[in-house]
Amino acid sequence: MVNRTVVGAHYGLRDWLIQRVSAGVMALGTLALAVYVLLHPDMGYDRWTGLFSSQAVRAFALLFLLSLFYHAWVGMRDIVMDYVKPTGIRLVIHVLVILTLLLYTIWSVQIFWGM
Amino acid sequence: MKFRIYRYNPEIDAAPRMQNYELNVEPTGKMLLDALVLLKEQDDSLSLRKSCREGVCGSDAMNINGRNGLACITPLSTLKEPVELRPLPGLPVIRDLIVDMTQFFKQYHSIKPYLINNDPPPETERVQSPAQRAHLNGLYECILCGCCTTACPSFWWNPDKFVGPAGLLQAYRFIADTRDQATSERLDDLEDPYRLFRCHTIMNCVDVCPKELNPTEAIGRIKDLMIKRMV
Repeated sequence: MVNRTVVGAHYGLRDWLIQRVSAGVMALGTLALAVYVLLHPDMGYDRWTGLFSSQAVRAFALLFLLSLFYHAWVGMRDIVMDYVKPTGIRLVIHVLVILTLLLYTIWSVQIFWGM
Repeated sequence: MKFRIYRYNPEIDAAPRMQNYELNVEPTGKMLLDALVLLKEQDDSLSLRKSCREGVCGSDAMNINGRNGLACITPLSTLKEPVELRPLPGLPVIRDLIVDMTQFFKQYHSIKPYLINNDPPPETERVQSPAQRAHLNGLYECILCGCCTTACPSFWWNPDKFVGPAGLLQAYRFIADTRDQATSERLDDLEDPYRLFRCHTIMNCVDVCPKELNPTEAIGRIKDLMIKRMV
């Protein structure tokens, strides 16, 4: 392979936008949970399971985690872009990060709907 | 006044060093460049670039007490002693305070810093309304001194791929120009994880610009246009 500087993969805007939107979703989710916890000082096991027995809460919690995972993907990729230059190693790290985040997604579903 | 100046001549020195200078000078009413010219009389091996000495040519950009700026418009009286002078960070040093700006100008040229208009030239000028012309204010004034781009950590990390604040400000200068017809191509060229989106709004560029321009805002405007185009 010749060693040329290559740029022009057209996904800059998409990832930047998704990072903003996912940050918004996480901010909203954190705020909602904070308000709930402040309104219910008696947060124990029963209260937590009661909260997560609602399908809407589970769906939003999953949305929150999906936002977190995509956000983390963009962030991790940005770090790798700065510090890991060889294409092969970079690709391996990308694949590992993606697989880990996919695994986390499956795990989250299992936790929320296995309760 | 006391000075500590970065000295490096790659042909002779194994490594860069900081050299102390003393100058008997009354700081009031003088600029840093005046002092540097006097220091060069003392020690003619001290190398720096200068030309217009009034903040228009952008030749004497350097790192002054840890902050990029133009020596010719930095009042001596505002500087803490010893005044520490280094070359612009992130670029190869040719000698002392002189850096190799090749990478900077390569990025600048990559955004096609000229009007692209395929219509036949009219008899007179290509006319703009005063309102259309007003959009270029805060963009065209850039003197390409390199203070902003070399203060940008994203540029330090990826100088070959990230255009940098100066180049992106000029990219927007031509995107904003109603006489230019290549808006779409210009946006295509920047819609990449490196060329524009390595900007993480650190805003060092806005902080140091000696002409008080705002590259971060211009980058934001380019993003707005990309979103407008997409949705």
